[in-house]
Amino acid sequence: MIGWKYGDLLDLSDLTREDIERVIETAKAFKEVSTRDIKKVPALRGKTVVMLFAEPSTRTRISFELAAKRLSADTLNVTVSTSSAQKGETLLDMAKNIEAMNVDMIIVRHKSAGVAHVLARALKPGVINAGDGCRAHPTQALLDMFTIQERLGRIEGLNVAIIGDVLHSRVARSNINGLVKMGAHVTLCAPTTLMPPGIEKQGVAITHKLDDVLPRADVLMFLRLQKERQEEKYLPSIREYVQHFGLTTEKLKNAKKDVLVMHPGPVNRGVELSAEVADGINSVILEQVTNGVAVRMAILYLLFGKKEKVS
Amino acid sequence: MSQNSKIMDKETIRRSLMRLAHEILEKNKGVTNLCLIGIRTGGAILADRLQKCIREIESAEVPVGVLDITLYRDDLAIANTQPVLRETLIDFDIKDKKVILVDDVLFTGRTIRAALDALTDFGRPANIQLAVLIDRGHRELPIRADYVGKNIPTAADEDVCVILQEIGKKEDEVIVKKRGDR
Repeated sequence: MIGWKYGDLLDLSDLTREDIERVIETAKAFKEVSTRDIKKVPALRGKTVVMLFAEPSTRTRISFELAAKRLSADTLNVTVSTSSAQKGETLLDMAKNIEAMNVDMIIVRHKSAGVAHVLARALKPGVINAGDGCRAHPTQALLDMFTIQERLGRIEGLNVAIIGDVLHSRVARSNINGLVKMGAHVTLCAPTTLMPPGIEKQGVAITHKLDDVLPRADVLMFLRLQKERQEEKYLPSIREYVQHFGLTTEKLKNAKKDVLVMHPGPVNRGVELSAEVADGINSVILEQVTNGVAVRMAILYLLFGKKEKVS
Repeated sequence: MSQNSKIMDKETIRRSLMRLAHEILEKNKGVTNLCLIGIRTGGAILADRLQKCIREIESAEVPVGVLDITLYRDDLAIANTQPVLRETLIDFDIKDKKVILVDDVLFTGRTIRAALDALTDFGRPANIQLAVLIDRGHRELPIRADYVGKNIPTAADEDVCVILQEIGKKEDEVIVKKRGDR
């Protein structure tokens, strides 16, 4: 197998299909580590991983932290809201100061698209994008693909529907990127106001009716309705959205019996998914969370194997 | 031209493994509490074969596990690219078991050092014994095998290749060749 070329993970568009397959293959081995009594291997002993989060996060931050710790790396958290950013320090200055303390990897989340790219160009340590605005969330897409591969045995040829607030969703953008590359048939389903114009150029089909995707889909991937990004009026009302795009037990009857119901979390219960569906037998939401740790271990392991930075 | 010399063929490998199985059973007085753990990839195949030999001799089943030592290697930080990682599959508790660690070639001892560290993360076995098909010398750590199929004196610039049917090769054999010849 060819070597891993990248010292940063910024966007799935940088990865080839073979790279994604390698991540999935590697994550399979790491999943076992988390089932052991002693959930720790010495692979990254002595490395320091910094998490620089300028946006709220529970799942992703904890997942990265556990992944790094289970590889024996030292981790530290910088929450930008309680840091010297309050005194007017720029993010780049803050990152350069952290770099000056000889850290090895910086994991960054920010509300603006492209922040991870800027840091990767300016800094010597590796940079992992843990979500930049509406642009990309590569590790989420990788863990979604890992979950699909593990549950259904393949990705190629599957019908995957991505439903909800596509416009504001970095999860959707990264998944579209990865899934199309892996040979899945992707259909986006959203109200016209939440569908980014021109997105069909990325090799996906679009629809505005849930009924169009329900019967054929092997995977139903729901996106969180991002209320924090809804300052403008995109929807007449949440109730109307739920009626047209929310999944209930009743509507699920029109889907394939063994369809996978996925959601990147946090779920707005009663909005994207009814509580019964979110906890139902088709739901793999918590499995996605479990797999997230394995996939992030795989990413850290692979990135640390690369000495020279590419970007 | 490469100067390969074949030092074991299919039959000698088969007889060696059968003898190793007998020695393991003799020293451990049967199969009670015994388990086999093979180091990927060669050792895992040999562990499976030893399990079959023991079944033939004692009509008893010994559990077999597979260990990937990649994450415990001492050269991870200096290797140029990350080695491919594969699954570790040990679906039994090794606590208080007599573990027979199996590998194809014993060389510097560093792989075994890594395997010992990995095993202690899975539990505290009663003891760990080492079985290898080939001992080629040149140890860099104080490690020795309890069961050896064949001792082969080698030069440092030689490679010992254990070729097994299970990895898609036509016939089992052990070959010594000069490094660089492929």
